[in-house]
Amino acid sequence: MTAPPPLLAIEGLHAAYGLSRVLFGISLQVEAGECVCLLGRNGVGKTTTMRSVMGLLPPTGGHILWKGTDIAGWAPHRVARAGIGFVPEDRRVFAELTVWENLDVAARAARRDGKWTIDAVYELFPILRELRNRRGGFLSGGEQQMLTIARTLMGNPELLLLDEPSEGLAPLVVEALLHNISALKEQGVTILLAEQGVDFSLALADRVYVLEKGRIRHAGPAAELRNDQELRNRLLSL
Amino acid sequence: MTAEATATVLPRAAAAATALRRRAVFSRIPWTLIIFLLMATVPWVGSRYDTFLAAQITIDALFAVSLNLLLGTTGLISFGHVAYFGVGAYVCGILMKTYGVAFYLAFPAAGLGAALFALIAGYFCVRLIKLYFAMLTLAFSQIVWAIAYKWNDVTGGDQGLPEIPYPHLDWMSAIPGCGDLSIGARFYLLTLLLVAVSLAIVHRVVRSPFGRVLTTIRDNPERAAFLGINVRLYQLAAFVVAGGLAGLAGALYGIFSRGVFADYVFWSKSAEIVIMTILGGTGYFWGPPVGAAALVWLNQVITDYTQYWSFVLGAILLALLFGFPGGIVGGLDLLWQRLKRLRNA
Repeated sequence: MTAPPPLLAIEGLHAAYGLSRVLFGISLQVEAGECVCLLGRNGVGKTTTMRSVMGLLPPTGGHILWKGTDIAGWAPHRVARAGIGFVPEDRRVFAELTVWENLDVAARAARRDGKWTIDAVYELFPILRELRNRRGGFLSGGEQQMLTIARTLMGNPELLLLDEPSEGLAPLVVEALLHNISALKEQGVTILLAEQGVDFSLALADRVYVLEKGRIRHAGPAAELRNDQELRNRLLSL
Repeated sequence: MTAEATATVLPRAAAAATALRRRAVFSRIPWTLIIFLLMATVPWVGSRYDTFLAAQITIDALFAVSLNLLLGTTGLISFGHVAYFGVGAYVCGILMKTYGVAFYLAFPAAGLGAALFALIAGYFCVRLIKLYFAMLTLAFSQIVWAIAYKWNDVTGGDQGLPEIPYPHLDWMSAIPGCGDLSIGARFYLLTLLLVAVSLAIVHRVVRSPFGRVLTTIRDNPERAAFLGINVRLYQLAAFVVAGGLAGLAGALYGIFSRGVFADYVFWSKSAEIVIMTILGGTGYFWGPPVGAAALVWLNQVITDYTQYWSFVLGAILLALLFGFPGGIVGGLDLLWQRLKRLRNA
């Protein structure tokens, strides 16, 4: 008997915005229950990788295998309904809808039942319960980030793609967010994280892929990078 | 807490409670019902001409609200919305005049016919985005115009379909006070009732979960898509509902103006309805009806003084777009918020 395929396997992914090529054969895997981090500076292709998986940028080559099925080129709503949730970098919420409406719309859209209900996400982010009748446009940056994550959870995804969740947030807010994401991880949510912040990502990740100019430069356990200052300096030139 | 503190806090709390109650009472007054009832008195208190204007405003209000379901709610810019208005007008007119079908069957048939045509046109339109979408809606409306203009046997071609019969409204004589009303006034009352019901339905649709999905698509189609929303399907659904409602408005208009002519379907009518909607305010449910009333009224007033109606309209639009991008209702809303803040300060 063969082992079950990984939850997500990307094989030789190429992607481009028009004529400008961004990804040159990215390959990576995410097993169920893992937290995997894509590390790298701005513009190395972290966001592009996520957008390709979501179907927002159809890849020009390679395969994206979701539980063994090639989903490369699927429409975004099909990818979402298959169980992949995306929290984009811009962390925009639907400004005119209230917090509750933002969550309700997402739950209906994804059409996936599971343990994430409105009460369950309020449990994870108690502040959202207090703000449930407030319009999305009147939330602070940190609150918007929580709502974007909560909104994605309402679709009961099996894999969560988090694009630069800590970017532009105050240190205290980042700490709270770190706490929330590790709580998610403990609850068994599989996470693929894209980050520039080494401390943030190494605190969460089990495994790390370091990207450079659209290629994978290094792949390995996060502990290796955590303990080896020299390796960290060499890979991330900090 | 000391006795003095309690004494100062209590009256303030009481005053706040009164203000809150006053606001609750204010918002609980059924304003829309009052306005519809006031509009219903026009045949008695106004002249025949007033009734004529009120009917035009009522029909245009429904037409503009149907457009705003695309423009304001879903974020789709249609330059060819008159096509569905026209299909509705022709379906109702042909059924009633050529085949002698009763209004109460021809009216819903007009809505269904327009919705069906919107389904076909929309299937192609939602495949394109933004300006390309708008241009394709314009192309479909010009196709409808060409058919209306050339298919003499069915549409009457250039001559149109004059003298579409009024529906049977003899039953209104049974209502006290309606016995002396002309058929035109009676049809206005029927129009007002049908439009009121249609608007109530649209109002519910916009505030339903379906309407909220449309809002998310207007806000950001990409974000809506990766949450699992089939954006094109929802856009098509909005297009069909908007087309059907425009068809109902068209059916009423054909009878109101005693005939259906190819001119009704010409693209300039689409522009007029877009102007009405923007004038009133696309961000508000009651924006388009207010815009319809303002445009019809302004047209009457200004053409009394000058023949350069288009010039004045252009100037008004320019001032509005720069001064009050939210339209008339948006401007009033802004004023209301300022006044409230002044009173609270």
